[in-house]
Amino acid sequence: MTATPWAEEAAATRAPQVNELALRIATVNGTGSSSANNLLMRAIFRMGIPVSGKNIFPSNIQGLPTWYEIRVSGAGHTARARNPDLLVAMNTQTRERDVAAVRPGGCVLWDSTSPLERAGERGDVTLLGIPIARMCAEEFHNPRERILLQNVVYAGAVTALLGIDPAVTATLIDERYRRRPRLGEANRRAFRIGEEYARQHFPCPLPCHVEPMQATGGSIIVDGNTATALGCIYAGATVAAWYPITPSTSVMDAFTAFARRSRRDPMTGLSTCMIVQAEDELASIGTVIGAGWAGARAFTATSGPGLSLMQALLGLAYYTEIPAVVFDVQRAGPSTGMPTRTQQADLLAAAHASHGDTAHILLFPGDPAECFDFAVRAFDLAEHFQTPVLVLSDTDIGMNDWVVPRLRWDDTYAPDRGRVLGAAEVEAAGEYHRYADADADGVAARTLPGVSPAAAYYTRGSGHNRLAGYTEDPDEYREVVDRLARKHAAAGGWVPEPVIEARPGASVGLVTLGSGGPAVREAVEMLRAQGVAADCMRLRGYPFPEAVFRFLEGHAFCFVVEQNRDAQLRTLLLESGAGSERLGSVLLYGGEPITAGEVSDAVLVQLRRREE
Amino acid sequence: MPSIAKPPIRHPALPVNELGLAERDYEGAMSTLCAGCGHDAVTAAIVRALWEVAVPPHMVVKLSGIGCSAKTTAYFLRGAHGFNGVHGRMAPLATGVGAANSDLLLIGISGDGDSLSIGIGHLVHLIRRNLRMIYVIENNGVYGLTKGQLSASADVGSTSSKGTPGVIQPVDPMLLGLSLGATFLARGFSGDKAQLVPILKAATAHRGLALIDVISPCVSFNDHEGSTKSYRFTREHDVQVTTTDFVEPRPELLTAIGPVGITDLTLHDGTRVRARALPEGYDPGDRDAVGAYLREAHDRGEVATGILYVDPSRPTLHELLRVVPRPLAGLPYADLCPGAAELERFGES
Repeated sequence: MTATPWAEEAAATRAPQVNELALRIATVNGTGSSSANNLLMRAIFRMGIPVSGKNIFPSNIQGLPTWYEIRVSGAGHTARARNPDLLVAMNTQTRERDVAAVRPGGCVLWDSTSPLERAGERGDVTLLGIPIARMCAEEFHNPRERILLQNVVYAGAVTALLGIDPAVTATLIDERYRRRPRLGEANRRAFRIGEEYARQHFPCPLPCHVEPMQATGGSIIVDGNTATALGCIYAGATVAAWYPITPSTSVMDAFTAFARRSRRDPMTGLSTCMIVQAEDELASIGTVIGAGWAGARAFTATSGPGLSLMQALLGLAYYTEIPAVVFDVQRAGPSTGMPTRTQQADLLAAAHASHGDTAHILLFPGDPAECFDFAVRAFDLAEHFQTPVLVLSDTDIGMNDWVVPRLRWDDTYAPDRGRVLGAAEVEAAGEYHRYADADADGVAARTLPGVSPAAAYYTRGSGHNRLAGYTEDPDEYREVVDRLARKHAAAGGWVPEPVIEARPGASVGLVTLGSGGPAVREAVEMLRAQGVAADCMRLRGYPFPEAVFRFLEGHAFCFVVEQNRDAQLRTLLLESGAGSERLGSVLLYGGEPITAGEVSDAVLVQLRRREE
Repeated sequence: MPSIAKPPIRHPALPVNELGLAERDYEGAMSTLCAGCGHDAVTAAIVRALWEVAVPPHMVVKLSGIGCSAKTTAYFLRGAHGFNGVHGRMAPLATGVGAANSDLLLIGISGDGDSLSIGIGHLVHLIRRNLRMIYVIENNGVYGLTKGQLSASADVGSTSSKGTPGVIQPVDPMLLGLSLGATFLARGFSGDKAQLVPILKAATAHRGLALIDVISPCVSFNDHEGSTKSYRFTREHDVQVTTTDFVEPRPELLTAIGPVGITDLTLHDGTRVRARALPEGYDPGDRDAVGAYLREAHDRGEVATGILYVDPSRPTLHELLRVVPRPLAGLPYADLCPGAAELERFGES
């Protein structure tokens, strides 16, 4: 792909429209901007307009640059936008670069308390100066408040500039500070200061602004990690073990909070699940495997470095056939990498986690709603196939606010606990052998400890035969591992089907997964405007279902759009039988959520090259 | 790990326990360890102890890591589920099993390599969590399956089978446990079944983690002159700090206990364990004194054995995390799912 500097590509950006705009807020982390940013996003959402929020933040507690981006799209595009129409430039460290990215004709709101240093050489943007720090210093006496409320001042100004309904923001502030009235009053004052200043000094609203719609009915705002945790609650998980790691930590924070509410034994008030904060990721996956072996639905949440540490035990669970659910919220690797940045670079490490011949079942949720659904499916698949299931989301899905359809639950759902024999069945059969009598999918019945002496067996990660006995015999060894391969292949019929959007006559296919979905769908529209008819397919599970290969075969050329350097998804497709001649790559791996423009540019460049 | 099944036939006249089971019913497959291996004697002590306390075999879970010690879980209690995992990770697997089903009695068999080197981090945190479990370290100071490298428990100066002396300070699991707030610490010797069986029986009644360090000589790689983990050295330097009389949980017996020099340990189910202190004034409830005694004994070249320390008062993992004392794995799904109506209320709209 070609990496175009923001300023250059800005010229190509569309003209401003109502309900089609991007707002970028540049601040310093640790200054408390997130609640103000959140207020703006939620206010737009409550006006019925499709919106998305992306937090691009540093791996740091305080003092480094951080951005919050709000994409407003009446057309429903939720991918990150490349060039903001309005920049709130609160961070002098990054101001030059931030201003350079603004769309020509766009606006920059800045704190004019201190004289403006070079704001970039831009004659084509409008500077809107507000003496934010000075007004806060005059209005508030508490030094901490003077800093915090600066965020609320710009939120007030943005509300006026973008035409956000002030009644909605007022309601949101009331809701947030219902229990802290004094703080609520300070927030309302700060908000008013910003709003009034903007109305008095600038033409409000700006040409690009919002107007109420009715497009968010039946939707909610949620991040993927919260939805994942909720899915685990609904799936009936009773054991969770974890080691804190960005960006997955909020999965367990949310699970703990939900469990506190809905997992109380009514008689005793004691918890009906155990959450173990382990000493490391080896211990977390070990605990999950032990619990799964003993019959509990158990899970862990981690990210790349944690997944690396779990390898040996994931191999154990694969070979001894123990259900386990792992949520890998991927971040930018290798090594520590960029912990708060997003990537899809754990695909191969997850698919083949551990030494020896191993292959795992993977699920790729594309948004928080799928995080919820796939969490439940992950437990079903893990117990059905008696094997680890790894659910791969990423920082973008896990930690950003997405607008998704309200989560639904079917009360007739019954968990698939897989083939588990009880005491009566085992005793009636007279004889039980762990890995004998596999079904058509290669799954043999297991038993749980504590059931019956007749159900006992010996689980070993060393070579074993179908009777679960130790073996070094080539035929006995192969019999078991060949069945494991059959079992894995069978899972291709059980993982979620890909989401395919096809139109007649399209010869180009865009293939993606996870958080790549919104940008790729938008790119399809951009390509159509350029005369290229393309279909798109978002993969949702591995091993790949048949439909994946039919799509690839049905197009003259496909691009696999993924967020890693080494084309890992393409590798996995090739390894699974796809032909390499007609499969190209669009690799976007800088660590920030991808944009449709990057995808369509890369596709156009490659198509042109192919024509030459 | 090769294992050979034993025929399940038994003589009708064999004595049986309260469950009507013979001691043979607590055995497992034939051992494939070296003839004279200390581990086989530990296995025999476990069989005897579990038979005597009449634990239902299927309510036990046997856990192990990797190594000679790990193999032994196949050699007892064929009626129990066994889990031979990966090297050093027995403690996390056990934590998961215990979390899922608190009704099970967990018995973990580990070695000095498994517990004091590769898995020491997990052992540390298992002790902190006080999971209900019997954790046996079959301690021989050497890596057997890889043919004789000194382990982290080898004493300074103790030689390997090739004559190389240990130069790095050893890890003493008892002192480690003491510093971490372990609630049951005992040391035995595979050559003294009479002492080990009551220790194991007391451990079955302990509510938290019972950590038992058993000096279990390796006949192939660490039983030579110059080793401090040999049969001969251990016999000559064994100092029994306490002798243990396991007392069944029957109230009438309790009144009979209490002479001077005897410590009664009341475990959570009412079981009393009588530990008779041999060195004058040894008190297995005095953490500081026990620590000082063990350090001095080690410096004197003694191997202090017996129930060394017990604190039955500390809460277990389930109590610490305020989790229901029923098996989580057995909770009905209907009690776990909040349902569609609850989900309707979730999220801002």
